[in-house]
Amino acid sequence: MSFVEFAMKHRVEILTLSLEHLRLVLWSILYALLIGIPLGVLIVRRPRMRAFILGTNNMIQTIPSLALFGLLLPVPWLGLRADRLTITALTLYALLPIVRNTYTGIHQVDPAVLEVATGMGLTGRQILWHVQIPLAFPVILSGVRIATVITIGIATVAAAIGAGGLGEFIFRGLAMVDNNVILAGAIPAALMALIADGMIGMLQRGARWRR
Amino acid sequence: MTAPSNIAIEFVHVDYAVNGCTLISDLNLAVRSHEALILLGRSGSGKTTALKLINRLLSPSRGEVRVEGRATHDWDPIQLRRSIGYAVQEVGLFPHYTVEANVALVPKIEGWDRERIQQRVSEMLSLVGVPYEQFAGRYPHELSGGQRQRVGLARALAANPPILLMDEPFGALDALTRTELQRQFKLLQRRLGTTVVFVTHDINEALLLGDRIALIERGSCIGAFSRTEFLSSDDENVKAFVEIYRAGR
Repeated sequence: MSFVEFAMKHRVEILTLSLEHLRLVLWSILYALLIGIPLGVLIVRRPRMRAFILGTNNMIQTIPSLALFGLLLPVPWLGLRADRLTITALTLYALLPIVRNTYTGIHQVDPAVLEVATGMGLTGRQILWHVQIPLAFPVILSGVRIATVITIGIATVAAAIGAGGLGEFIFRGLAMVDNNVILAGAIPAALMALIADGMIGMLQRGARWRR
Repeated sequence: MTAPSNIAIEFVHVDYAVNGCTLISDLNLAVRSHEALILLGRSGSGKTTALKLINRLLSPSRGEVRVEGRATHDWDPIQLRRSIGYAVQEVGLFPHYTVEANVALVPKIEGWDRERIQQRVSEMLSLVGVPYEQFAGRYPHELSGGQRQRVGLARALAANPPILLMDEPFGALDALTRTELQRQFKLLQRRLGTTVVFVTHDINEALLLGDRIALIERGSCIGAFSRTEFLSSDDENVKAFVEIYRAGR
């Protein structure tokens, strides 16, 4: 059977697992944004915390994904549900690009612009809101893009602990030594990553004030 | 102790040093209300530093800078800066905000209501010669240099500050545009009665725009001269500038 025939035959399951996969990714990115962006903003003002935060994030990244899933299993409450554990792990992985890019984006805003904003009488918070974050936005968005693509990829590992998603096909296909099954997982995942990357890329180009 | 009501800004024995480098040394200077005072000097003379001491972007190491009778030290810095318009060369307009959003920013954060803001923006833009209908929705990169400077001025004046600080605002423009803006600015300042402190190294600009010229040399004020006093002064530093002026005529 060709892959296309296989895909058509199993299209319901492919769709179901894709949606499951998407759900894991979206929640993780959401949490990573909610935690990561404020964290990135925080370390702009506190150089001492910066080394600690970025260092910790870096360390998380070096843990192989399968290992991180395994390490989190015995954690109370977290380890009880596979999707809860997965989302936690994925959020941790997505944090670094977002925190780092938020920090870098804000940090590289032209100090002359900041001086003018201060001279105009804007408070620190107003400067953050009206100047720093908008000007840092392209860089932050770049971090989100990277984080999203990584998360889509690592989410395939989630199947190893029973959280579902497209990894199910991949692991099943490996066990069955059936290429069609593997591809049924790998291709949608790759497509998802490409589409996400493309969509965020469009968002980046969309800002009209950047010529 | 309050200053006489006709002194808007006063430098009283001000020193400013940073990293062991003394940029301002015993600066004494009084700026009268409603006048246009030029801070003239060579590059590195300390004139921009002096300007930044007024709106407390910098704080004096010694002495006091008084604005409307009160030391900058005693003002709430945010309130101080919102009472002072600030227009600088090149960097100024926020690139991610339209012309309208730029000019409206300070009134907006001061809590003016929307109608009043819109009216004010329209008023300011026509005052500086940048028609609202055409330009309000444009972004800074879509404007010419001269238009950007005009909008920067509109923004500095938007919240109706009694004092305006300008740091070589026309420096990056071509000679024709610069002259045009200088002339229009002079008329505007006369009309609004705003106290202006204007930094420049260009003697022609100084003589054109200033009611008085304060010559800044190595962080101190050599003196504050009216136009005629400046042109007839015996001071060496002044004469050096006058020579350039006369050579250009």
